[in-house]
Amino acid sequence: MSDTFQLDGASVPFEPGQTVMQAALAAGHYIPHLCYHPEFKPHGSCKLCTVKIGGRTAASCTMPAEAGLNIESDIEELNALRRTLVQMLFAEGNHFCPSCEKSGNCMLQALGYDLEVHTAGFRHMYPDRPLDASHPDILLDFNRCILCELCVRASGEVDGKNVFALSGRGITKHLVVNAESGLLKDTNIALADKAMHVCPVGVILPKRVGFSVPIGKRKYDQRPISAQALDDAPRQGDAGGSCASCEGTS
Amino acid sequence: MTDTSANTGINNLETAAHPENLRRVAIEPVSRVEGHGKVTLLLDENDRVHQVRLHIVEFRGFEKFIQGRPYWEAPVMVQRLCGICPVSHHIAASKAMDMIVGATLTPTAEKVRRLMHYGQILQSHALHFFHLCSPDLLFGFDSDVAKRNIVGVVAAYPEIAKQGVLLRKYGQEVIRVTAGKRVHGTGSIPGGVNKNVSAEERDYLLKDIGQMVEWSRAAVGIARQLFEQNLDLYNNFGTFKSHTLNLVRADGALDLYHGGLRARDMNGNTLLDHYDYSHYWDVIFEDVKPWSYMKFPFLRSLGPETGWYRVGPLSRVTQCDFIPTPLAEEQRKAFMAFNGGSATVATLGFHWARMIEMLHAAELIQELLNDPDLQGNDLVSTGKRQARGVGVIEAPRGTLIHHYKVDDNDQIIRCNLIVSTTHNNQAMNEAVRQVARQYIDGRKLTEGLLNHIEVAIRAFDPCLSCATHALGKMPLEVELIDAEGKQIDTLVRNG
Repeated sequence: MSDTFQLDGASVPFEPGQTVMQAALAAGHYIPHLCYHPEFKPHGSCKLCTVKIGGRTAASCTMPAEAGLNIESDIEELNALRRTLVQMLFAEGNHFCPSCEKSGNCMLQALGYDLEVHTAGFRHMYPDRPLDASHPDILLDFNRCILCELCVRASGEVDGKNVFALSGRGITKHLVVNAESGLLKDTNIALADKAMHVCPVGVILPKRVGFSVPIGKRKYDQRPISAQALDDAPRQGDAGGSCASCEGTS
Repeated sequence: MTDTSANTGINNLETAAHPENLRRVAIEPVSRVEGHGKVTLLLDENDRVHQVRLHIVEFRGFEKFIQGRPYWEAPVMVQRLCGICPVSHHIAASKAMDMIVGATLTPTAEKVRRLMHYGQILQSHALHFFHLCSPDLLFGFDSDVAKRNIVGVVAAYPEIAKQGVLLRKYGQEVIRVTAGKRVHGTGSIPGGVNKNVSAEERDYLLKDIGQMVEWSRAAVGIARQLFEQNLDLYNNFGTFKSHTLNLVRADGALDLYHGGLRARDMNGNTLLDHYDYSHYWDVIFEDVKPWSYMKFPFLRSLGPETGWYRVGPLSRVTQCDFIPTPLAEEQRKAFMAFNGGSATVATLGFHWARMIEMLHAAELIQELLNDPDLQGNDLVSTGKRQARGVGVIEAPRGTLIHHYKVDDNDQIIRCNLIVSTTHNNQAMNEAVRQVARQYIDGRKLTEGLLNHIEVAIRAFDPCLSCATHALGKMPLEVELIDAEGKQIDTLVRNG
């Protein structure tokens, strides 16, 4: 018999060691998120998953579940803040959905639709971020990076290659390639690597795929991200959202 | 019929000898066109016209900002040039990328693309004729401006308006089925297409195609009737002789998807025929003028002064040897024979030719929908990678050239787009100057008179925005004004 907490008035069971996010997704309750991935240690950086617990805010992906907590998530106050966060991410990079091959498969775009982000909200910063097309099979389009570090985590923790890293601080923080030349062609990344498959936006792309999936068949054409995320999350009774590399969650 | 022999450039009204003492009248913006254009007139104290220029005042710059992007992105990105004819850019870029990836299209891929393209021709021609031009043609060029619009057409001619709206809607549905969206889809990709047409989608489109063919046939009748009833006006309005350029199929047939270049001079002599467009730069060059963002293409063999030409429905219908669908071919013959061929060089003959093409598009859509290759699953092919790709199609407004160079990293390093409007740039300027000579010169200006100039532009082209790429050549004037409104400094660059 597991303990429970309250999420938007619903009772959510959890196992010891689970976070609020893991327990909520496992029980079929969606909390918006970008940097959280069920296979990796929570990062807590995007803040999309912020919830209110007893009047205080916390990132649900890092917050350990406790019995008796009364948590609010799907409320207008928080959704308005989430909209603002998404607007800031769009303004900070160069996200041109109309010509982006990740359109329809992009978590940021899907969240924008789900949260009903209808306006830019902020002046676009239009940073200058040249592509790295040096690798014969993989393209890096830094314009779309949201600094979630999933590629950094995947390449280091799963692939054991440390191809990616973040450099700089504050607004100058950016994704870099761990090679003396700074170019992807001088790394040992491969198409089968985990790092190739975790980018929530359109930064890390296999070359020459482009728009090969027709409109209507793309991931978020079928159902909104709120439903897709539940599909992707481990269900109750599975591994509980943990993996070998996730510290403190198993 | 007026024979102005415009290509000689004599008394061409492009630049007044002494503009300093002349009165400037601007038509800005030109209405019922896509994009932003303006026409400036310089007149003296007796209302005599000394200078007329059609300016395209919008800057797009796709040729520049696509540099560095991966080549497979181009067909989706460049279609954002336009909301009326995105499919044209989508397919022209795809054809260029077919060359880049060394592809020979599968039958399914080519037929799905053709279906998409002819859906585009149908919807765009319907929009052009019914929504944008019919108010002038049905009510008169200087009729009540409050009613001279599509809403006025709906009130006065509800059946015609309904047919126009539904023809366009049908064309958009063909695009949706083949490209995934009515506007700015993704169906055409380097080397092929990303989807076929399912049996259900085919049956959905087949349901109404008979009606579309009938309405298109009726539309040709309307265009012809307008010409017949106003013969003198239609024969002479903004009319001038010019050279022509268009694609034709290997057997000389009208083909808007693929073919070789055919250029003829104003007397009908052939300058080029079945010319392989992958080396178009050997026969076409672009001139830049300081007062326009749009370049001025010309045939190299004739030079910049007299080598300009016109493209589009009038060129295509008059210069092809035949139209390969029966109803449109019957109408083409009637068009060519009408009144000793007077409509074939008339600026307002564009509309009649355009409706013949719309009928052809409807017939071809019907033919393609009955082709089982549309349900094939062999969608993409590749071959030996190339560094350069050129794609040319006949877009609704005329010949469209996309040219790309791609480096070893798959990034586009050079892009040149010569769109239909650009080909027609000098011809449109000539048409508005001819109208100015005929209707404006020496008369007191009214809104109705000025609309005559817009009527000439609309005959060619309602799409002005996609043609402006002369980066670094823009005429520019910057004024520094202080808080009291006093001019402190000014900087002028004349291209």
